[in-house]
Parts: sequence; structure tokens; C-alpha cells
Amino acid sequence: MQSMPWLESAALSILVPAGSQRDPIGLAGLAGFTAEMVQRGCGEYNSREFVDELDRLGVARSASVTNDHTRFSAAVPAFRLMETLALYSKLIQAPRLPADQLEDSRMVAIQELLAMEDDLAQKLMRELRQRLYPDPYGRSSTGTLESVQTITYQNVADHVSQYYVPDNAIISVAGNIEFDEVIDTVERLFGNWQGNIGIQLVEKPPPPGHHHIEHESSQTQIGIVYPSVPYSHSDFFLARSAVGVLSDGMSSRLFTEVREKRGLCYTVYAMCHTVKEYGCVLAYAGTTTERAQETLDVMLAEIKKLQQGVFDDELVRLKARLKTGLIMQQESSSSRSVSMASDWHLLGRVRPLEELSDLLNQVDTPSINQYLAANPPGQFKVVTLGQQTLNTSAVNGGSHE
Amino acid sequence: MSEVTFRTHTLNNGLQVIAECNPHAYSTGIAYFVKTGARDETEEISGVSHFLEHMVFKGTPSRTAEQVNQQLDDIGSQSNAFTSEEETVYYCAVLPEYQLEAVELLSDIMRPLLRQDDFDTEKQVILEEIAKYDDQPPFGAHEKALALHFAGHPLGKSVLGTRETVSALTREQMLEYFNRRYSSGNIVLAMAGNVDFDTVIKQLEIQVGHWENYPTQRDTPRAKPNSGFYSIEKPAAHQQYIIQICNGPAAEDDNRYASRLLGLIFGDENNSRLFWELIDTGKAEYAVVEPTEYQGTGIFLSYLCCQPESTSEILELYQRLATEIQQHGVTQQELELAKSKVCSHIVLRAERAASRMFGIGNNWVQRGEYASVKESINRFQKVTVRDIAEVLEKYPLTECTSVAIGPTKIEHK
Repeated sequence: MQSMPWLESAALSILVPAGSQRDPIGLAGLAGFTAEMVQRGCGEYNSREFVDELDRLGVARSASVTNDHTRFSAAVPAFRLMETLALYSKLIQAPRLPADQLEDSRMVAIQELLAMEDDLAQKLMRELRQRLYPDPYGRSSTGTLESVQTITYQNVADHVSQYYVPDNAIISVAGNIEFDEVIDTVERLFGNWQGNIGIQLVEKPPPPGHHHIEHESSQTQIGIVYPSVPYSHSDFFLARSAVGVLSDGMSSRLFTEVREKRGLCYTVYAMCHTVKEYGCVLAYAGTTTERAQETLDVMLAEIKKLQQGVFDDELVRLKARLKTGLIMQQESSSSRSVSMASDWHLLGRVRPLEELSDLLNQVDTPSINQYLAANPPGQFKVVTLGQQTLNTSAVNGGSHE
Repeated sequence: MSEVTFRTHTLNNGLQVIAECNPHAYSTGIAYFVKTGARDETEEISGVSHFLEHMVFKGTPSRTAEQVNQQLDDIGSQSNAFTSEEETVYYCAVLPEYQLEAVELLSDIMRPLLRQDDFDTEKQVILEEIAKYDDQPPFGAHEKALALHFAGHPLGKSVLGTRETVSALTREQMLEYFNRRYSSGNIVLAMAGNVDFDTVIKQLEIQVGHWENYPTQRDTPRAKPNSGFYSIEKPAAHQQYIIQICNGPAAEDDNRYASRLLGLIFGDENNSRLFWELIDTGKAEYAVVEPTEYQGTGIFLSYLCCQPESTSEILELYQRLATEIQQHGVTQQELELAKSKVCSHIVLRAERAASRMFGIGNNWVQRGEYASVKESINRFQKVTVRDIAEVLEKYPLTECTSVAIGPTKIEHK
């Protein structure tokens, strides 16, 4: 919970441990399918009444399935928060799961899969994600056409009873709120909610090496991934700062070298990605076929160059940008509630903004450079999508893949 | 919110400055709105407004491109720009203590040098941007639909231009366009959030007071919209994407509030007539209708995505729902829900200074008026079922230009 009395809004995030990492073997996409069914009415409301009620309260909302959780987020004018919490408590604890809407939900899942076939950047990311971490941490939420076809009503009902449980669930609330009122309300609404996950995850190594997806497109999509530290690691902000120098802002190295100086692409970036146990760096660019090899080579050269260190002026600029981002979080109850929930999941506590600001202030060039020298970017995996495969033989220092 | 004030000032050279000042805001939003875009281009220089928008970040007599980028980052700004059919907007959001530096920097880049070598490199970036949209749904169908709907009208022009027009563009043509469109009288600076208005004005008088003011013209004829069905084959596509454009209220028409609500009732993303018929049932992947207003004319744009084999069924369902709303209008309950949704979202969005900056800037550029958050909400609250019926009467949702793009050609009607 965080009180932001200067706002007129309040926002909540409810995370239940029904992430795609929990999809049973052969039933990939079950968490997404279940989230679709769960939103089709709850308690005294049928599907339509529920959505009308959300609109009557003016709820700006989203639902998404990540690898760890299924997340429901909502923002409202603050005086509507308690009613909104009550609605979502029904969605979580008393979904109707109307059996006569199973086939409609299946069609929704199929439509989403088909549309993703046309979203090339997303398609690339799905492939890349599988190569990031040991399974099941690289799974995406959509499943496959085959797996979605096999999901039964019983699968959905079982998934709700097994994973829509308070064990590993998180409720986070931010905005113009009174702590006592929120605590009393959550206690009243969720106090009798029960259940445990009970199943341990089994890790399997990710597929090795590089990968190319053949596609008749104008541009080649390029994805690069390499291991890094997770958010909870004491070196995280050093790793994050190095990636910041690489990619945050228009003066960052990738933007300057790939786009500004060479005009190789419109979009290029790198980012830290993290789940609870693992972390990595993801880099992306989209460029026309004939310039794809040069783009990949320049990106890799810049990433590898990081081990030689970053400069003071780069870090000063990065800190200014990060500070702006931190302070602007104060303008939005939604982004605050989402990042508090994420902290709770990844760290087991919420990191106050002041602490985050101190952590960033403490980062300096010598410590980043020491970290980079000891942990030079390497063990790259490259996934491409387009008309031609690229030469990746020198990606990992010329060694054979 | 009671301490929020609205201020305006016009410099001697006609440049207008507007600001919604909130002394408690955590940030400051700053945007130059230039009243120029694709509709002000000729066929020969199609895409120049957008290309110029990129070139504006490429340096001035006193700054290189690299310095511009570095200094935007030095002040921790979140900055960007975009081009539409009738506006080119350059903006940044910064912490209040950097606002004067941000205004100085944004103002400086508004008089770009347009170096030849930067022009040549950036042309490659624009061509990559065009290639990116070639690969991305709806694969150019949006611009194609606008071109067909507005045939012969300036709003039928593409914002990006084509590979051919952009490749053929010269620096001299861009300079000529700049000199014709970037008159100080054709520019509005909009600010919102924590704004030190008086100091900003003093600084602007010194820095931009000498920008030349000369008349700029724009034709704003009412469109004579077409209708019809066109199908385009895109073998690499998996789904069918359908863009439909109907005539709608213009930016200066008062019934635009009613048309916004009508758009939500008919085609909102998660609770509307189209949603319950097409999305909830899984018949289509996506179905949204949104009004867009331009000077002198407007449209309702609908965007549908479905499996190729169900295209005809989806188009028929769409027509049936459009005919139904056309004949019977909307219910009081639908209207009330749409109002509570839109009003709540106005309040939520208003919490970000940058979002108010876009709101007040657009309103000023399109209509020369200011509406506070409260006033905007009031205008939506006043809309009646009868007002919506009038919009429908004037702008039938059943008459549209449709463009379908997908793996095979579609025969329809």
C-alpha cells in the first residue's frame, strides 16, 4: 500500500500465481484461457453485468498473464476504490466460469494466436524468451494452436482451484487512500480466501544455440540475449546502469551507433529482463534484409565493448533520466501499484522510492566498470526472423556453436 | 486542483504560448505544436513533414545532432515527436527544475540546420520506418483507406510518404517546405504541470522573438467522402484486417462530444455493441470504432481483425449492427455507462502533466479554446440520447469506405 494524497485516483493490482510457468505439460496457454473464462462473470453478476459494473465505476483496467502470475490491474477515481476492490474480490474468489462460453473463450485464444503470427516482433520475442532461462521461466502465455484445442472445461476449473489462491498472491494498492480503510476492506473481502499451490516447478535447460525463423518480410527482426543478474541480486543496479548506457535515451550507444550514425534501423534497444530466479539482457532491432548482417555486427560490437567500461558523462546522463522516471511515478497510482507488486514478488518487500533513489545515487563508474570487467557480456544467443539467415559464427568469440 | 490556472501569451511575432499551471505538479510538459502535416504537402513531396520532424533533432547552427541528443538526456527529459495529417508536435517531459533548459533546447532545434550528410543518413532511417510498417498489420491498409475515402481531398495524403517519394526528396525541397510552414504565427507552445510561466515568456521573447512571421495557408474544404469495398492481397499475412471509414464531425463541430460517446457505445474495446457480438464470441480478434476530427471534416474509423474465411460474415455482422444503431439509436443506459467511463478516464489521464499538455495543446490548435478538466467532463455529461441520434442522422455509420487486406482477395457484395 502507498498513500499518494495529492492524486485523485487510486489503483490496485491483484496477482495470483497462475503464471504461464504453471501451465501443465501439453496444456500451454491454460493460464491465458483461464483468465479469459474468469472474466466472464462472478458472484451475482453475469459476464455483461460485470463489465457494465466496471464501467459504471469508471474502472480503467487490464488483465495479463506473465510467466509468474495472472495480473488484474484497475485504476479509478479514489472514492470508487472500495467498490472496485469488492468487484475484483468476486472475480478472484467466485468466478462463474460459464460452461456455455468455453468455446467462445477458445476462439478468443485462437484469434490471439493467429494475430500474433502477423506481429513479427512479438513472434521473435516469444522464440527469444524460450532461450533466456531454463524452462518453465521462458514460457509465454499464448500456448499453441494444438494445446489450446485440447483444453477442457475441467482443466480450466482445476486451474482456478489450484492457482487462484492466496499462496504467492499479491494485492497492491496505491493512490489517494486511507490505510485503515483499505486494510479493513481487504480483510473483510479476502479474509476467508484459502488454498496452496503445492506443486514444485521442475527446471529444464533451455534450447541451445541460435535460431532463424524463415519469413517473407521486408525487414529482418534481430534478437540477442545474454545472461545477467536478477532484480534481487546486489549487482543488479550495476548491470542495469551498463544497459542504460547502452540503450536509455537518444544519446545512448546503440541509438547513436546503429541509428544515428549509420541509419541502419528505426527501432533498436536493449533492456534488462528479470524473473525471480534469473536475469538477462535482451536486445532488439528491425532492419531491411540487405542491412541485417551489418546491424547485427554493430549491435554485438557495442554490447561487447561494454566490458571496456562506461564513462562518467554517460552515467551522469543516465542518472538524470532515471531520476525523472522515479519522480514521475508519483504522478501515477497505476504505475506505482504495479511496481510495488513487482517488488513484493521479486524481493519479498516493497522498495520505497527514497531507497531506490539512494541506490541509484550510490552507483558510480568504477563499480560499474569493475562489474563489467568481471562479468563481460557473453554466451550470446541470436534469434532472427526474415528472408535470410545471418552469419552468427563469430557471435561468441568465433567459437563453434 | 483549485490552484490550477490557465495562462496565455502571444509574442510580437505571433507565436502563441499557452499553459495550464499547477504549482504542485511533479513535472513539466512542454510541446511545440506546428500546424503542418501531410495535408499541407503536394504529391511530389509526400512524406516531407514527417522526414522534417526527424531532421529537427539533427542539429542547429550552435548544436550538432549528437549534442542535441546528449543535452536532451542531460536534463533527464522524456522527449519525442510525431507527425499527423495536420500537426507536427515536438515535446518533452522534465522535472520542473529543468524547464527553462528544456524550453531553450526545444526552441533551438525548431530552427534546424538540415545538414546534407545528416539528411542522407536520416533518409535511410525513414525508409526503414516505412519497411517496418510494411511488415506490420494492417500493412498500410489504414493509409490506403484514408486515400480512397478522401480521394482528391488533402486529407487523403500519407503521413510517411512512399519509398519512392521519400527516396526522391531533396534537402532543398525540405528547406523550401520548412520556410513555407514553420512561421512563428503557425506555431503554438503548450505547457502543463509545474510551469514558471513569466520566466518562460521572458526567455522566449529573447530566444524566439525574432522568428519570422509570415502568412501560412491551408485549405479546409468539407470532404466529399466516397464509399465502396476494396480488397488487397498480402500473401504473408495470416489474418484479415479491415479498415472502414465513415464521415464524422469536424474538429470545430459541437457534436464531437456526442460522437465520442457514440464511438464508445458502438465500438469500444471492451464493452460495446461490436465487442459483445464480435470479440466476446471470438468471431473476430479485434473490433474498435473511434472518431477522429480534422479541421473542416472528420471520420469514424473502424478497425477489424478476423480469420480470412470469416471476413464476409464479420462484414455482414458489422453492417447489421450499424443498421440497428442507425435505426434505433442508443439507450439511456448505454449513454450513462459511456459517460462514466469517459469522465473517469479524463480524470485519470489528467494526473500526468504530459497528458494535459497534449490535451490543451490539441484543443488550442484545433479550436483556439481551453477547457479545464471539469469543463471537459461537463460537456460530456450534457450529451443526450437525442444528440447522438442527430450525429447518426448526419453521419451514418452504414456508409463507409472499406479496405480489407489479408492472404487472399475477398469478394464481398
